[in-house]
Amino acid sequence: MTKTSDTGTKTVIENAHVRALNAFCGPVESSIYRKQQRVIVPTEKSFDALSLLKDRGFDLFIDVTCVDYLEYRKAKHRYGLVYLLASTMNTERLTVRLFVDDPKPTVASVVPLWEAANWLEREVWDLFGVDFTGHPDLRRLVMPEEFTAHPLRKDYPLQGRGERHNFPVITRDHS
Amino acid sequence: MAVTQSESPILELPENVVVSRLDELASWCRKNSLWPMPFATACCGIELMATGAAKHDLSRFGAEVFRFSPRQCDLMIVAGRVVMKMLPVLQRIWQQMHEPKWCISMGACASTGGVFDTYAVVQGIDRFIPVDMYVPGCPPRPEQLIQAIIDLQDKIQKEGTIAGREFNTRQRQEKKRALVECPETLTLDAARNPNLQRELSKSANNLN
Amino acid sequence: MPTAQPEIESSSEARSEDYLWTLNFGPQHPATHTTLRLVLKLEGERVVDAVPEMGYLHSGFEKIAEHLTFNQYVTVTDRMNYISPMANNVAWHHSVETLLGVNLTPRCTYIRTIVAELARISDHLLSNGAVGLDTGAFTYFLYAFYQREVIYDIFETLCGARFTNSYTRVGGVSHDFTPLVIEKIRAFVKTFPKTLNDMQRLLNRNRIFVDRTQGVGILTKEEAINRGATGPVARASGVTRDLRRDDPYLAYGDFDFQISCASAGDCYSRYLIRMQEMRESLKIVEQAIEHLPSGPVNVGNNERTTLPTKNQVYSTIEGTISHFELSMSNRGFEVPCEESYAAIEAPNGELGFYIVGDGEDQAYRARCRPPSVLNFAMFPHLIRGHTLSDVVAVLGSLNIIAAELDR
Repeated sequence: MTKTSDTGTKTVIENAHVRALNAFCGPVESSIYRKQQRVIVPTEKSFDALSLLKDRGFDLFIDVTCVDYLEYRKAKHRYGLVYLLASTMNTERLTVRLFVDDPKPTVASVVPLWEAANWLEREVWDLFGVDFTGHPDLRRLVMPEEFTAHPLRKDYPLQGRGERHNFPVITRDHS
Repeated sequence: MAVTQSESPILELPENVVVSRLDELASWCRKNSLWPMPFATACCGIELMATGAAKHDLSRFGAEVFRFSPRQCDLMIVAGRVVMKMLPVLQRIWQQMHEPKWCISMGACASTGGVFDTYAVVQGIDRFIPVDMYVPGCPPRPEQLIQAIIDLQDKIQKEGTIAGREFNTRQRQEKKRALVECPETLTLDAARNPNLQRELSKSANNLN
Repeated sequence: MPTAQPEIESSSEARSEDYLWTLNFGPQHPATHTTLRLVLKLEGERVVDAVPEMGYLHSGFEKIAEHLTFNQYVTVTDRMNYISPMANNVAWHHSVETLLGVNLTPRCTYIRTIVAELARISDHLLSNGAVGLDTGAFTYFLYAFYQREVIYDIFETLCGARFTNSYTRVGGVSHDFTPLVIEKIRAFVKTFPKTLNDMQRLLNRNRIFVDRTQGVGILTKEEAINRGATGPVARASGVTRDLRRDDPYLAYGDFDFQISCASAGDCYSRYLIRMQEMRESLKIVEQAIEHLPSGPVNVGNNERTTLPTKNQVYSTIEGTISHFELSMSNRGFEVPCEESYAAIEAPNGELGFYIVGDGEDQAYRARCRPPSVLNFAMFPHLIRGHTLSDVVAVLGSLNIIAAELDR
């Protein structure tokens, strides 16, 4: 990282990892906000790009999450996936973003690269309905198996659709 | 029991004998040997642990024998929020407990859903299982839980019967009014979603 | 309930499967402490495989974050990792302030450092106490819990709530340290090492405890990195990563402390790491309380994040305007349409929030990065080949908190 911006404005700065990504999958959009380096990679090349980054020293997989941009101003895509990478050798961090869209949001799974992604990707599938191809065991993680919706999507209401009341009632008679 | 067939109108009782009603004796025994079953799911569980630990020491009130097997317990303390996935487990454990049994709903989340008015959290366990005592607070202090246990002991002493007739009173059998609202929230969306409509009719049949 | 599978098949592989038993463990079980569920495959007493199941406490924390303002949501973070709520408060507002670009006052950074370290001590007390409880050392648990009560008492004096504190605010904290709080923390710093020594003498060389934890649930360094372990679990496996040193947030750059590491990676070293970290945390608290800077605890009116004091509201025009604007729902914080991630070293590992702002004073999306999920995901890897009684030791040493796990 050659220069950092404290004011919080976006500045495109050359970074060794960004250069490597540029050479690998064409020009990627990169920016810095609050000293955090972020890149946007093309969805179809996500696995190869992340694999390249792993080889370049990002050995610790911090998190993968999803943002539903349904109500976001000026958003071009519906879902944005966010991969947070870090290194145990130094203090570098990198945020990798990519976009997927309805009707069938799909992205390549990174479980072959980091075992840590296993449950985190299951959680994204559970709460957002983003499909991960190549995931060994893509089941719901936190919601019950019979649940049909993906609750963290913006078009799902906070109070749910009445599923939480759909249980038998036990009175003193039953017990 | 010193029931004598003596002719004399004044009963001559030997020393160390107390006359009482059988119901009261049973209630007295029951209230002083409550065995709690801690159904601790969340934050309140830590306060429940604090209540049992050194400083607050629940054993002063005869209710410290935490047993994790529902078969051995007669007081269920639901501490913490209960969510959709957990509710069937809660109901099953409640049914596994032997009569007579009581239930304390500890904390705002167990009683009403608390701050978690979301898709997954059950808005009060009293919608689905009978509850005897509610403890406010998020989480309640250990003193509050102790007070709830003392109050429950009073209640057992006052209205307990050896045959458990107090559980059959009409007031205890009534469904909570909040339950009536449930189908409405379902039908709102059912108008749009035919799948849900089918589910609704199925669950309505089950309920009836 | 254990069920044997009676069918006999011709292939030898299927026949060896016949002897496996399936045991359901949880979600309501004393040794899970919280609501976890494991489906264990047993061969006699040996665990062949374990399938962890979670979600028994999923309450939609991240969905609530989209409906509450930055200051309101701190009450919900209390309920996240509920054995160290203070650390969650600090983590949440650290992330929010990173997004908003608020620079804290020196006194505030020190205060937050102190409460975060006290939270670490209380977390480790409970998690180590629970390991003791599960392996049969009940007295040890009582020792640990008594000291937690002392920390509860400090927090209660500080902000009125003994347990769910909701202490931090954007750009500051809700209550400043009073002389009484400082006195109580000083007393704690003085008396706690004695209890810690007692606890160490009780368990560190206890034959039963050592036999039950040493060599059990070994996590190698490579696996720890690959499976995303952070915090004490990673450090017990030799990963020398601690955000307090690597990326000094708050006031950690000013203090002298050690990062405790071990190389064995078993339950016993995870226990020892936690014991050692309590001593180091105490060192930090001691240094911070003695060098506590004076000055204001909240950022000034210009930043327009914290409410001004009553004195300012009634005597200055800036204070009045600031108070009015902060109370209006549409004139609150200036939130950029940006996304950022910031993390702290919570007692359990790296706890961070990825916040998307869209100009409103509530997050468009607030993702919590929970250390417990990754720790619990590696559980089958740790338990394979060990006996059934080791399950509780491994679970206890990972210190899994269900509310943080499921959110």
